[in-house]
Amino acid sequence: MPQNADNVLDHFELFRGPEYQQMLANKKKMFENPRDPAEVERIREWAKTPEYKEKNFAREALTVNPAKACQPLGAVFVAVGFEHTIPFVHGSQGCVAYYRSHLSRHFKEPSSCVSSSMTEDAAVFGGLNNMIDGLANTYNMYKPKMIAVSTTCMAEVIGDDLNAFIKTAKEKGSVPQEYDVPFAHTPAFVGSHVTGYDNAIKGVLEHFWDGKAGTAPKLVREPNEKINFIGGFDGYTVGNLREVKRIFGLMGVDYTILGDNSEVFDTPTDGEFRMYDGGTTLEEAANAVHAKATISMQEYCTEKTLPFIANHGQEVVAFNHPVGVKGTDEFLMAIARISGKEIPEELAKERGRLVDAIADSNAHIHGKKFAIYGDPDLCLGLASFLLELGAEPTHVLATNGNQKWADKVQKLFDSSPFGQNCNVYPGRDLWHMRSLLFTEPVDFLIGNTYGKYLERDTGTPLIRIGFPVFDRHHHHRRPVWGYQGGMNVLITILDKIFDTIDQNTIVPAKTDYSFDIIR
Amino acid sequence: MASLRQIAFYGKGGIGKSTTSQNTLAALTELGQRILIVGCDPKADSTRLILHAKAQDTILSLAANAGSVEDLELEDVMKVGYNDIRCVESGGPEPGVGCAGRGVITSINFLEENGAYEDIDYVSYDVLGDVVCGGFAMPIRENKAQEIYIVMSGEMMAMYAANNISKGILKYANSGGVRLGGLVCNERQTDKEYELAESLAKKLGTQLIYFVPRDNIVQHAELRRMTVIEYAPDSAQAQHYRNLATKVHGNSGNGIIPTPITMDELEDLLMEHGIMKAVDESQIGKTAAELAVG
Repeated sequence: MPQNADNVLDHFELFRGPEYQQMLANKKKMFENPRDPAEVERIREWAKTPEYKEKNFAREALTVNPAKACQPLGAVFVAVGFEHTIPFVHGSQGCVAYYRSHLSRHFKEPSSCVSSSMTEDAAVFGGLNNMIDGLANTYNMYKPKMIAVSTTCMAEVIGDDLNAFIKTAKEKGSVPQEYDVPFAHTPAFVGSHVTGYDNAIKGVLEHFWDGKAGTAPKLVREPNEKINFIGGFDGYTVGNLREVKRIFGLMGVDYTILGDNSEVFDTPTDGEFRMYDGGTTLEEAANAVHAKATISMQEYCTEKTLPFIANHGQEVVAFNHPVGVKGTDEFLMAIARISGKEIPEELAKERGRLVDAIADSNAHIHGKKFAIYGDPDLCLGLASFLLELGAEPTHVLATNGNQKWADKVQKLFDSSPFGQNCNVYPGRDLWHMRSLLFTEPVDFLIGNTYGKYLERDTGTPLIRIGFPVFDRHHHHRRPVWGYQGGMNVLITILDKIFDTIDQNTIVPAKTDYSFDIIR
Repeated sequence: MASLRQIAFYGKGGIGKSTTSQNTLAALTELGQRILIVGCDPKADSTRLILHAKAQDTILSLAANAGSVEDLELEDVMKVGYNDIRCVESGGPEPGVGCAGRGVITSINFLEENGAYEDIDYVSYDVLGDVVCGGFAMPIRENKAQEIYIVMSGEMMAMYAANNISKGILKYANSGGVRLGGLVCNERQTDKEYELAESLAKKLGTQLIYFVPRDNIVQHAELRRMTVIEYAPDSAQAQHYRNLATKVHGNSGNGIIPTPITMDELEDLLMEHGIMKAVDESQIGKTAAELAVG
């Protein structure tokens, strides 16, 4: 064995050694039923053709690499945004392990969440006992101020009724009667993580505003001048919420961020483990009913929440993950209009700097073609920014986007000369994207970490923007909202453009005719 | 929404739930009530007499064709029948596969989210058989049906089912607002049927809200896929359904939390009325031949 304690090789070096190469070759020959390499190559080439694309897009009964996660992930994301709140997922354990690891791998932070650990007997007899014991254990072990309950597929299929279960658990003394246990049914087989975000945040507001499941009087709205802000499911929540707070601060606007998970996903290493950190206080969540208006940064993350808030008498304003000059302009002007406050000079300067940066780099971005995939709002925000830069968002794909979303993207394309040759793909997956990248190639692909397989397969350079990003660190700490955020996105895109130019001109005396120091 | 009245009919399979509920609801329209029927039975026959047609496009069959329930519009699934009664059928899988209970949850969520409950006075859920799983309890969750009416008869198994359904209601009644509105006895002409139904109602802590006599005219109307209210509005039977409708209408807020009984108590009840003879414990498990010898 070539492994040696003084110089431990990582697997990707180790497996290149002759012993492992020999073993892998034997394995392939003896156990993997290998095909004729020429035939494999022929099929590989055929899968790049328009003929294959047509078959691929006619595909009905199979999804390959959907660009979405499931509802409870969004519900867990919401829950940790409230002060000392633990997410409680009613269902089987493996599901919860998935949400925790998914969030941990992206944010590089521990992710605390409990499961009611339903097993076969619970599937047969219902999960009431799991709820009773689970709430009691969670309450006693982790001392949360609030337990936010959501559900997995299993609990939903057998029809467990959270409202009734939580009430019964309270009667049995699992938690005190007046203790806050908001809930949301989040069947994972319906919608995606953005649906779960919507259901969960609505569940929390419903709990506080509409009488805490019958245990308190409903709140009567006494309008004040505050603005509520809902970020939506966002991989950049740490950087974005901090940027949004800075903007509200600069404008002198009184605000409440609903579901502020920017602290819990970015706790400092100072010797103290913080299971909970920051978050919207429960008092703020209740008092949010009195606000003048609620701004949602992501329309498709708040499709049910915003009408619920509007029914309580507030103005609601929805954006589609605004990125860039125009998007930020509209966001700031909405705050200015609602609050009656001026947009300060400092922000106007930041705007000018972003416009300047765009102008400086225009020659490199103008006319470049991009493929984008991700959540519906993120796709809209990025496509809008690209159009603003004079680039073409040639393919825009969201597995969890519906026809209404597609119409909205099309309207965006129609609004710009750079959108004329662009297409939107609602409900499609990354295998569809693969065909598109072969038959109608683009210069760059924008997507999450899973896009690296498309990058390797199709040779389209990947710009990592979205959720999850597992294989690059700390991007979530930088905002993509506000003019500063627009600047970050611009720089991220430009870096990849220049890296790609360098890659293309790197071979001495062959391609290095302009291996320039200055770009 | 505040004045929306939501009721549900439960009962043993084949007891005449759908017939009773449709006739009652048809009669309710004569009181000026605007009604939505939500059929929660995979057989999808809860609205047949109102629509004069069986097996309309159900929510779940359309959703399966469209890919998902989000792709449906309310107009696709809602049909309007006799006296403007709105009808939807949840539908569900073929016997032996899938999960009909989840279908009920999916359907009711769809209807609520798409505004099916606007501009109506009554929602009536027609639910199959026993409350066999959480999905079939969906109509009795909080903010759904306020009163449950159990359709039963003087047969032992129908009474057994009625008692079981009461157990289901009890489970939700403590934590939510659901109540047992009463029993509706659909006459089977068994011995001492009325008395039995009355005593069972008493045991359950509720009332026998109506005793619907047996009349062949119901059969005649059914063959024509009509309610008696529509087929023979002047008949005595139509008047019975009107009486039942009036009682249901006036029963708002009078529901109770049921007090289900044990199987032994149910058998005692039958014995009390002389339907069942007290069995000599020594004879239990012996065949006729053995008893003859003994």
